[in-house]
Parts: sequence; C-alpha cells; structure tokens
Amino acid sequence: MTSAAAHPSAPATSATREPMLRAEGVSMIFGRGDQAVNVLDNVSLEVGKGEFVCLLGPSGCGKSTMLNVIAGFLTPTSGRVLIDGQAVRGPDRRRVFVFQERGVFPWLTVEGNIGFGLFDLPQAERETRIAHYVEMVGLKGFEKAYPRELSGGMKQRVEVARALAVDPDMLYLDEPFGALDSITRLVMRSELLRIWEAERKTIIFVTHDIDEAVQLSDRVIVLSARPAKIQTIVDIDMPHPRDISSPRYLELRDGILDAIGLAHKV
Amino acid sequence: MLALLVLWHVAVRLQANPLLPGPLAVAGGLWELAVSGLLLRYVVASLFRVTWGFLLAALLAIPLGLAFGWYRRMELAFNPFIQILRPISPLAWIPIAILWFGVGDVAAIFLIFLASFLPLSVTAMNAVASIPDVYLNAGRNFGLRPSQVVFRVLYPAVMPQLIIGLRITLGIAWLVVVAAEMMAVNSGLGFLIVDARNAGNRYDLVVAGMVMIGVIGLLLDIGVRSLERIPSISWGYSDD
Repeated sequence: MTSAAAHPSAPATSATREPMLRAEGVSMIFGRGDQAVNVLDNVSLEVGKGEFVCLLGPSGCGKSTMLNVIAGFLTPTSGRVLIDGQAVRGPDRRRVFVFQERGVFPWLTVEGNIGFGLFDLPQAERETRIAHYVEMVGLKGFEKAYPRELSGGMKQRVEVARALAVDPDMLYLDEPFGALDSITRLVMRSELLRIWEAERKTIIFVTHDIDEAVQLSDRVIVLSARPAKIQTIVDIDMPHPRDISSPRYLELRDGILDAIGLAHKV
Repeated sequence: MLALLVLWHVAVRLQANPLLPGPLAVAGGLWELAVSGLLLRYVVASLFRVTWGFLLAALLAIPLGLAFGWYRRMELAFNPFIQILRPISPLAWIPIAILWFGVGDVAAIFLIFLASFLPLSVTAMNAVASIPDVYLNAGRNFGLRPSQVVFRVLYPAVMPQLIIGLRITLGIAWLVVVAAEMMAVNSGLGFLIVDARNAGNRYDLVVAGMVMIGVIGLLLDIGVRSLERIPSISWGYSDD
C-alpha cells in the first residue's frame, strides 16, 4: 500500500464493497518446458458491485491476460475466478468484453453491430434498444453506416454501445482507447464516465496509462512487470469530475509513479 | 478496342499469306455459327458443364474447407494429401476421366469438378484460419451457440476471401472446360475449335470460338465481381 491508499471511496463514486468478483490465486503459464512463459503469478483481487477498477501495468505485463481469464476466454493454469460466488467457466453475455483490437464486425452496419447481442428480443424491443444506445453514444444519423466509413473513435463507441445494449452486469475494457488520438481519447474517457454514472455497471478497465487510471477509476490495481503480481492497490478518493491539476490528483498519480519506480521528471 | 480491331484488319490485309483470319472473316464465322444455331448450342453445352462441375465442387469443397479450417487437426491430417494432389494439372486426369465416365458430359463435369475442388477447399480453409480471434470471441461473449457462431460470425467473416476464391476458381474452370471439350466430348466451344481445324482448317471458326471463350470468361468474371460490391462483403477489399 502506498500513502495514497486506505481511504474509503468518496461518496460520488461510492460502490458497495460487497465483492462481486473474486480472483483467487490466478497463475498463468503459457507453453511448457523450456519455452514456458510465466505471465501471471498468483494474482488475487476483488471487485465490488458498481465499482470502476483499473488494472494498470507496463505493456506486456499480463494485464490483458488477466482480463481474458476474468472474462472466461482463457483458463488459468491455477487459481480461479468467482463471480457472485460461481466459478467462471467461459464467456457470458452478462459480462461483456470490449476488445483492444477493433472488435466491431465490419460486415454489419452500426445498427447491426449494436443489435448483435439482442437476437432473442422481439423486433420492436430490439429497435428501441438500438435507438437508445445509438443516441447514448452520439451516433445518431450513422445507423446505416458500415464501420469502414467511421473514424476510430466512432468505431470504439459502436463497440461500447454493442456491449451496453445487452445490459450486462459488468464491462471489461481492454485498453479500449489505446489506438485513438489523444484528443479523442480524452473525449471518450468523459463519455465512458458519463455512461458509467448513468448505468452503474461494474467496470474493469485495463490500461498502461497512469493518468487514464487515476482519472477514471475508483481503485487502481497496479501490476508488476511479467510475471504480473499485484504490486499495490490505490484508492482514488476523488469525486467526479476530477480536477487533474489539483494537489490530490497529483499526489495520487505520483504515488503510483513511485510504486512503479518511475522518476517524476522526464 | 476499335483501334485494335482496325490494326488486326490492316495487318492481315498486308500479308500475302496471313497467319490469322481477319476480323471480318471471324465475324463472318460467328455469324455463320449463330445462324446455324451451333453457337448457342455450344455455348450452352460449355456453360452447362462448367455450372455443374463448379457448383458441385463449391457445394462440397466450401463446407469441407470451412470444417478443416475450423478443426485444425483435420487440416493437419488431410494437408499432405491435398498438397500432393494440388500440383497435378486437372488435364492430367483426362484419360482417367474418360476411362471412368466414357466420352461425354459426365467426364467433362468430373474434370471441372476436380479443377475447382482443391482451390475452393484450400481457400475456405485459409479463410477460416485467418479470422481474427476477436470476432469469434465477441460472438461467444454474446452467448451465441456454436451453430449461431458459424452463421453469424464465421460465414460473414470468410465471405470476402471466399468470393475471391470463387472468382479465381471459376476462371480455372472455364479454362479447363475448353481443354476437356477438346478430348472428352463432341460439343461445346472447345470441341468447336478442334473440330473446325480438323474439318477443313476453318481458322475463321477457330478464332470465332476463341473470341466467344474470351467474351464469356469476361462476363463470368464480371458476374462474380459484382458480388464484391455488396456492402456486407465489400469491407474485405477496402484498404482504408
């Protein structure tokens, strides 16, 4: 724990701390014998219902692997992930993954993509939901557009809308804004926060960007370089909207820089 | 196009002993064939064989190739077999086709089937293998059953590559039908060319047959290419 930790969350971002998700001693080894690569080393963590948690770590540290294990796309070598007390055995539509690469289906329109997970709803309800989320992510007028006609930021919004449309309990975001230019990235961050405050999904957000983590989340789980271990967990006890020049913000950010062992000067 | 025809005409006229019939003679040959009804009959015969051979191959090879691509173990088991068959020209099968099916439509259709089967199955196999994992994972994440993953993710994801494969293979099938008709049957555009030469060196008819082959081949290609402009498929060809 750093000096920044151990405060209860501020009321504006308060989450009930009854753990919704619990990872117990998750280890992951890819390959075997001489080629074995130890990616995750006994990672245990808890995420509360409605909480916004960032998994922060250097590139290639295994944080994406951890998210893939949590989502059920990968089976860990040892350990397990429990959600509401039940072990995760595979992907589930109650917990939707927003992919690092562009996971938008290029053969479907914006509408088709957002409605992709709604196949078991009656036509009328499907249309209302699609319209609602098109509106929410600001893509009105682009319903019939194909992904290749959209900008990177718009595609990312389609993917977020596709995930939200099935009304999941949890969202897993794997460096969702990594490929966007810095201005679009800032816009997308505030849109994500706006959506999160409106819908109160539990969010696990993987990033290698310290500022992104401190701006967005209730709690930052800092992972070490590979094999990833939990280095420290930092509570971000600031209400939204956060002032990114305030002393508290800088204190929290510097605390994480220290924890990772990075200098404050470049 | 017109300039080429004129050049062809002039070049032929300048020679005392032309190596080729001129465009007017060829047009005359086409007219003669059209009037006698042979042209339509031969074109239909050739298209009939290509359609059947190609369709049968597509119906069998594409699902099989998709399955091989999906279950990589199957691909590993069958790959050596495919790699040995692949370099054998379909034309090398002509004697065997005649031995098995006699001279007639079935032999020609069999040859076209053979020529189309391997390229189509290999295309389908590679197309599946190259689907990005994120599409399949996204499909599974939204609770799709395996059959739904096939129809809603796998199938649309492989379409662009599959259509390229269909286009190339239809081109091959059209090449093979001409060759097959020279040996294994006595109708069709390939037969027309051999027959016109054997029956009195009618080179105007030979070239007329060649022109028809070219025109129909072009039309087939344009037909398949038009599929590439369907919006749900065209994403595979853009390089934005």
